[in-house]
Amino acid sequence: MSSYSLRGLHWFNALSAGAKPVDGLPASLKVADGVVGEQPVRFIAVVADPDNRFVRARNGEVGLLEGWGLAKAVDEIIAADADKSHKRAVIAIVDVPSQAYGRREEALGIHQALAAAADSYARARLAGHAVIGLLVGKAMSGAFLAHGYQANRLIALRDPGVMVHAMGKASAARVTLRSVEELEALAASVPPMAYDIDSYASLGLLWETLSVEQIEQPTSADLARVTECLSLAIGDVATSGRDLSGRLGASNRAASSKVRQLLREQW
Amino acid sequence: MTDLLNKHSFVELGARQRAKALLDTGTLRELLDPFQRVMSPWLARQGVVPQADDGVVIAKGSIGGLPVVIAAIEGAFQGGSLGEVGGAKIAGALELAADDNRNGIPTRAVLLLETGGVRLQEANLGLAAIADIHAAIVDLRQYQPVVGVVAGSVGCFGGMSIAAGLCSYLLVTQEARLGLNGPQVIEQEAGLEEYDSRDRPFIWSLTGGEQRFASGLADRFVADDVAQIRQQVSELLQQGLPEQQRSRQADLFLQRLARLDAEPQIDAATVRDLYQGERS
Repeated sequence: MSSYSLRGLHWFNALSAGAKPVDGLPASLKVADGVVGEQPVRFIAVVADPDNRFVRARNGEVGLLEGWGLAKAVDEIIAADADKSHKRAVIAIVDVPSQAYGRREEALGIHQALAAAADSYARARLAGHAVIGLLVGKAMSGAFLAHGYQANRLIALRDPGVMVHAMGKASAARVTLRSVEELEALAASVPPMAYDIDSYASLGLLWETLSVEQIEQPTSADLARVTECLSLAIGDVATSGRDLSGRLGASNRAASSKVRQLLREQW
Repeated sequence: MTDLLNKHSFVELGARQRAKALLDTGTLRELLDPFQRVMSPWLARQGVVPQADDGVVIAKGSIGGLPVVIAAIEGAFQGGSLGEVGGAKIAGALELAADDNRNGIPTRAVLLLETGGVRLQEANLGLAAIADIHAAIVDLRQYQPVVGVVAGSVGCFGGMSIAAGLCSYLLVTQEARLGLNGPQVIEQEAGLEEYDSRDRPFIWSLTGGEQRFASGLADRFVADDVAQIRQQVSELLQQGLPEQQRSRQADLFLQRLARLDAEPQIDAATVRDLYQGERS
């Protein structure tokens, strides 16, 4: 039993079977050019590299190499498709436990590395690439901001191990001066604080949630199901735009819409 | 001596005063001001007193005659943390500024960043808002510069440090700190030997404004003085878009990181050498 998650790797391998691997990137990045249905896509996953030169990024965390490497992987697609009318979709397979926490990371500007990744994903979206985030495991905080959160459609698999959050429970409890039990009790009544995917879905940020048979190692039925959903998501982006406005509208995120409306009136 | 007497601290100002200090006299118009009481819907039920502006000031006006929207975060409210409302104010203002540009109005943006990042009481809505802010910066930056200012004393952390990294230009002072993870969280996750959060000189030596500027991760290093900060922000706005966006230099940074011996623990001088070479 490894100490890190293998979900991202397994889903990457399943989805990218027969795809052409892309090299020249850090070993913690899995990147391949393949298809979803008949659509050409680039698959991108951040995976654990136990030999990572940066010791604080050996368990699948998004660190310096990962941030800048993601930027490079996405920039390549933007450049390659610059003159094409049809832009390849980018599928970010998300299973990221956290950003890397370490002295080297802070000193060398991990914030800038993560900015580069977010920058590239956002520019890909603005250039007309469908960017789809597929959540198969953890999507935590800065790691998710760098890898997935700029997608114009987010799809999450239904499983207790799929979770989106700003901080792990123990740290969040300490920072907010609460016990983990108190935090959990609050999370049950305050949807944005919850760790489960259904509470997250109630915020309107997901385009779709899917149930699968074997989340750790997808069956062929799982693969077919997810592939179909990815195809639909790519098609949906083609018909309804490049921005993130599809995330607005849920009652649990009503203030986000109200603030925008008032700003527009007063602008 | 007259210099000293004429010096006015920017760091000591609150968010609203900072916005006012930067804008051309008489041009400030605040949007969603505190009297409209658009507050966090999530804090009261957790026993936290909300604030009438949710800790974010959005002000339109001009700087050096150029149309600008300022988003200023109030570091004194909940550590400058961003929740749903404050985050939506910043994202929404940047989105409207980008729309302005598509309609022929060259609105620029200035972000005054004093923030610990996501407000944990609104966790996932804060994180989502910050993703929206990132998206909006990248969009607006296609047309006009987005200038980030980290003056201190809170500094700029979490998802908003990524926002700082997306800005066209970044201005810092001696009092500023800029980093992804707060010192206490790093110490907790990685241990005291990795990161001693109580060793202030150590923290500043790695993440302080002077070091960030000296290693090319910020564009301007300015004294804590209203007139000088206003002057520098104005210059950056006049400059237009940068030749090379810092967050678009993946190959360069990957090459630099490849040259680093990552085995020994790092210090400030190593970072300066690696990122600036003979310039440092």
